[in-house]
Amino acid sequence: MKEAMIKRDTRMNAETTPLLQVNDLSIGFGDQPPIITDVNFSIDRGETLALVGESGSGKTITCRSLLRVLPRSAVIHSGTAVFDPKASAPVDLFSLSEKELRDVRGDRISMIFQEPMHSLSPLHRIGHQVAEVLTLHRGHSRASAKAEVVEKFRRVGFVDPERAFAAYPFELSGGMRQRAMIAMAMIARPELLIADEPTTALDVTTQAQVLELIKGLQEETGMAVIFVTHDLGVVANIADQVCVLRKGRVMESGPTDIVIGAPAHGYTRKLLAAAPAIPHSAQPSAARPVVDPILQLEGINKTFVSRAGSFFGKRREVQAVKNVSLTVERGKTFAIVGESGSGKSTVANIALGATAADEGGAIRYWPEKGALPVDVAHLDKSERQAFQREAQMVFQDPFSSLSPRMQIIDILTEPLRIHGIGTRKEQRERAAELLEKVGLDKNMLRRFPHAFSGGQRQRLSIARALALNPSLLVCDEPTSALDLSVQKQVLELLEGIRDDFGLSYLFISHDLAVVARIADEVAVMRQGQIVEQAAPDVLFTAPRHPYTKALIAACLEADVSQKINLQTVALGAGDPHTWPEAYAMQGSSLPPLVETEPGHLVRVNP
Amino acid sequence: MTTLPNNHYVDDAPYDPDEDIKSLDRPDLDAPSWQLIWRKFKRHKLGLWSGIFLLLAYLSLPFVGFLVPYTPNERNADHLYAAPQMVRLFHDGTFIGPYVYPITAEADLENFRWNYVEDRENPARLEYFCKGDDYNFLGLFRAETHLFCAPEGATVFLWGADRLGRDIFSRIFYGAQLSLTVGLIGITVSFILGITIGGLAGYFGGRTDWGVQRVIEVLRSLPELPLWLALSAAVPSHWGPMAVFFVISIILGLLDWPGLARAVRSKFLALREEEFVRAAEMMGAKPNRIIRKHLLPNFASHLIASAMLSIPAMILGETALSFLGLGLRAPAVSWGVMLNDAQNLASIEIYPWTAIPMLPVIVVVLAFNFLGDGLRDSLDPYSDH
Repeated sequence: MKEAMIKRDTRMNAETTPLLQVNDLSIGFGDQPPIITDVNFSIDRGETLALVGESGSGKTITCRSLLRVLPRSAVIHSGTAVFDPKASAPVDLFSLSEKELRDVRGDRISMIFQEPMHSLSPLHRIGHQVAEVLTLHRGHSRASAKAEVVEKFRRVGFVDPERAFAAYPFELSGGMRQRAMIAMAMIARPELLIADEPTTALDVTTQAQVLELIKGLQEETGMAVIFVTHDLGVVANIADQVCVLRKGRVMESGPTDIVIGAPAHGYTRKLLAAAPAIPHSAQPSAARPVVDPILQLEGINKTFVSRAGSFFGKRREVQAVKNVSLTVERGKTFAIVGESGSGKSTVANIALGATAADEGGAIRYWPEKGALPVDVAHLDKSERQAFQREAQMVFQDPFSSLSPRMQIIDILTEPLRIHGIGTRKEQRERAAELLEKVGLDKNMLRRFPHAFSGGQRQRLSIARALALNPSLLVCDEPTSALDLSVQKQVLELLEGIRDDFGLSYLFISHDLAVVARIADEVAVMRQGQIVEQAAPDVLFTAPRHPYTKALIAACLEADVSQKINLQTVALGAGDPHTWPEAYAMQGSSLPPLVETEPGHLVRVNP
Repeated sequence: MTTLPNNHYVDDAPYDPDEDIKSLDRPDLDAPSWQLIWRKFKRHKLGLWSGIFLLLAYLSLPFVGFLVPYTPNERNADHLYAAPQMVRLFHDGTFIGPYVYPITAEADLENFRWNYVEDRENPARLEYFCKGDDYNFLGLFRAETHLFCAPEGATVFLWGADRLGRDIFSRIFYGAQLSLTVGLIGITVSFILGITIGGLAGYFGGRTDWGVQRVIEVLRSLPELPLWLALSAAVPSHWGPMAVFFVISIILGLLDWPGLARAVRSKFLALREEEFVRAAEMMGAKPNRIIRKHLLPNFASHLIASAMLSIPAMILGETALSFLGLGLRAPAVSWGVMLNDAQNLASIEIYPWTAIPMLPVIVVVLAFNFLGDGLRDSLDPYSDH
C-alpha cells in the first residue's frame, strides 16, 4: 500500500505542481495482460487535456480509473494519480479508501458521461438529482440548494430553469439532458471535470454549443478539464494539451498546437489524415441536368401513427417526411444529410420499398437506361423479387447487421440461397469472390462475425449487399459507427466498388464532411423536408440556407486555427420559426423549394 | 521514449501505419456461440457444479433399483419408524470396513413409540452386489442385484424407515424418478405452448399480441394453488398412478407457459429490430426463413436458460400437490408423496427423519437455480468481461 498522503512540504513549489499527475498507470482485466500500459499524463489548473483515441484505445478506462469507476473485473496494477487540490494536501487517488474517495467524487472531481439518457435517473426530477450533490457534499438545505441549482441551470442555457428543475429526464432533448449533466457536474465547483465523450451522442450543431458551454464554464471557474474524445476536430477546438492513446499506450502527447500542427508520431499523422474535412475553396461546377436517372422519389410523404401505448388510446400522428422529391443518377452518389430525427433514414427505407410511403407520391426505378420505370411502391411478388436483386442496403451498425450465429460463408451466400441462384459450389465461389472484392481474405469464410473488427464487419456487410449484383445501394450511415481511420478506408472501398461496378448510391449521413468526399449531389434535410440541395462544391462554398450554414459551421476540423462560429450554428440550428425571414417557418410550413441558380435548390421565399 | 522540447512526448516503439485488414481482430471470439457460451459458463463454478450434479442425478435415474439396498414398497414390519443407522468403519479400534450395528425394536409403552437398540457386539459388515428384492432393471428385465445391502439379520436404513418400515433412503431415490421427470414433461408442454404463443404474439404484434398479453395477465392473476387443486381434483380417482403422473405434469406445464411466452415475445421483438433481421427482410427472405434461420438460433440459448429456471417451480408444484394428497398417490413414490407421510406434526417431532425428503427437494431446486443463473450469465458470450 502506498502512502495515501504525500507531505505537502516535500513539494518544491506549490504553484508549479500540476493539479493531477498520473504516472505509470497500468490496468488489466483479471489476470489477463494489461490493457493500459505505462500511461503518463498531467494536467495543470485551468487547463484542458484531451485524451484522444479510437475504440479500444483505453481512453475511457483510463479516465474512469481516476475515480475508480471501473468494470468489476478491472484491476489497477500499478501507477499513481496524485491529485493536488487547493484546499487540502495532495493525495494519490489510487490509494484512497472508498470512503475518502467518495468525498472527492462529485465534489473536487466530477464526471460527465457520453449518454446523457443513461446517466440521469429516469425516476427523479432533474433538479433534485443535481441538488443532491449540494446536500451531500456541502450540507445545503433543500431551499438553498434549489436556488443554486436554478441559477446553474440558467447558466448552462436553460431558458426556463424553474421548469427544467421540475422536469424528468425524458422530457428533455439529448442536448438539454447533457446540459443538465454539466450543471450537475459543475454545481459543486469541482477543480477537475472529467468529460467522457460528452458530445459524441449529440448532433453536430448541439455538440458545438455544448463544447462552447464547457469552455465558457471553464473560463469562469478556472477548473481543469480532461476531455475524452475520438474526434480530432473537438480536440483542436477545445484542448490545450493532447494525449494520443492507442491500445492502452500513449503514442504522443504534448501541447495541442504541436501535436495537431506538427505531429511526430505515425499514428497521429494517420489519424489526422483520416479526419474528413469540408473543402473550403473549390470552383463550383456548372450544373448538369440529370439524363439517366436510376431512382426517383416524387412528392413523398410519410406519416407515422402511434397509438400512445394503449389499445383504446388516441392515435397520434407524426409526419416524418414531408413532400420529398429527389433523383439519383445512374453511377452517381446522392447524399442526404441531416441530424437525428430529420427523416433521412425513413426516406432511405421508403426508397427501397421497405416502408410504405403515404399515398400520393411516386417512387420510380429504371432498371436500365431508357427502360420503362418500375413503380416501387406497388410491386407484385415477382417484380419485388427482381427489385430486391437490383437494390440493396448497407446498414449503420456493423455489430448488429451480421447474425452472430452464422459463419461468414452463410451470411454471404444467404441472399443467393433466398433467390435460388447457383449451386452450392457456385455460391461458395461467389462468397469467396465477394470477400476479395471488399479487401478481405477468402480463408475467412469459416469464421464467425464476432472475430472481426468494426471496419471488417462493415466490409462484410457491404459484401453481402453486393452478393446479388445490385445496381443501387442505399447506404444508411455506413461509416458513422466506425473509427475515423477505418471510416476513411470504408469510404475508399465504397468509392472503389461504385466505380468498378457502376453502382449508384443513395447515401445517408449526419456528417457533412463524409458526404463532401463521396457525393455528387447533396440534399440537406431538416424536420422531414429538404431545405437545400446542390452539388457538394456549390453547397459547401456557397450555402444559402441558414441551417446548411449552421451544419457547415458546426463541423469541427482538426485544425487549430479554425474555430467555431457559434452564432451561425445557433441561428441555423434553432427553431425554424427563428430563421431569417426569407427562410423562416410560417405557421407550420416552410417556404417552397425554389431553384435559385441552376442545380441549386433552396427553401426560401422568392 | 522520446521527449522533445515543449513537453512533447513521442512513443518510439515501432509502429506500422498500415495495419493488416486481413488479420482477425478478436481470434478468441472466432467460434460458434455454443462454444463461447460454454467457455464462459465454465468459469461460473457454482453453475458448473450444479450442472454436473443434476446430470449425474438424471443419469442415475434408470439405475436406481441397483443403487439402493431396498425396493420402494418393501415393508419391514419389525422396523417401523426405525432411526437412521450410521455406517461405521472401525470396530473396537480395528478397521473392518463399512458396517452397521443391527438394531432391534423395543416398544416404549409409556410414550407409545418405538425405540431402537443397537447391538454393539455384532457389527454387520455391508455386502456388495448382493441379492435383494427384485426390481425392474431399465424396464427390460427383472434383476435382484443391489450395489450394497445389509447381511442376513441386519438392516441398513441410512436415513431411517417410515411408518410402514420402508427405507427412506431407497424411497428418496425411487421418488427422484418421478419428481425429477415431472419437471421435464411439464417444461416440454410449457415450452411448446410458450414458444408458439409467444412467437405468434411477437411476430404478428398488433391485435394478436394485445390478445395474448391479456390472456397471460388473466392467467397470471389466478391464484396458483387453488387452480392446481381444482385441476387435479378433476383427475378421476380410479386412474392408475402413471396416468395421474402424466396428467399432473401436463397440468403444471399448462399453467407455466405464460412466463415463457412473455420471454419469447420480448426477445422476438428485440431481435426483429436487429439489423441482420432487417437485412434478411430486404434481401427478400420470407417470414418462415427469418424465424428459422435468424430468430430461433439467436434466442435458443435464452430459452434454455429460462427453462432451467422454470423446472424448479414444476418440481415444487408436484411436491406441493402430492403433499396435499392431490397429486400422485401411493403406491407411486415421489418426494411429495413421501412428505405426505410427514404431515403429522407429532410424527415429525418423534421421528424427524420422515421429513428428510425435503432435503433433495431443496438441493435439486437450488441446483437448477444455480445452473439457470450460470447459463443466463454466459448467454452473451460477446461482451468482454
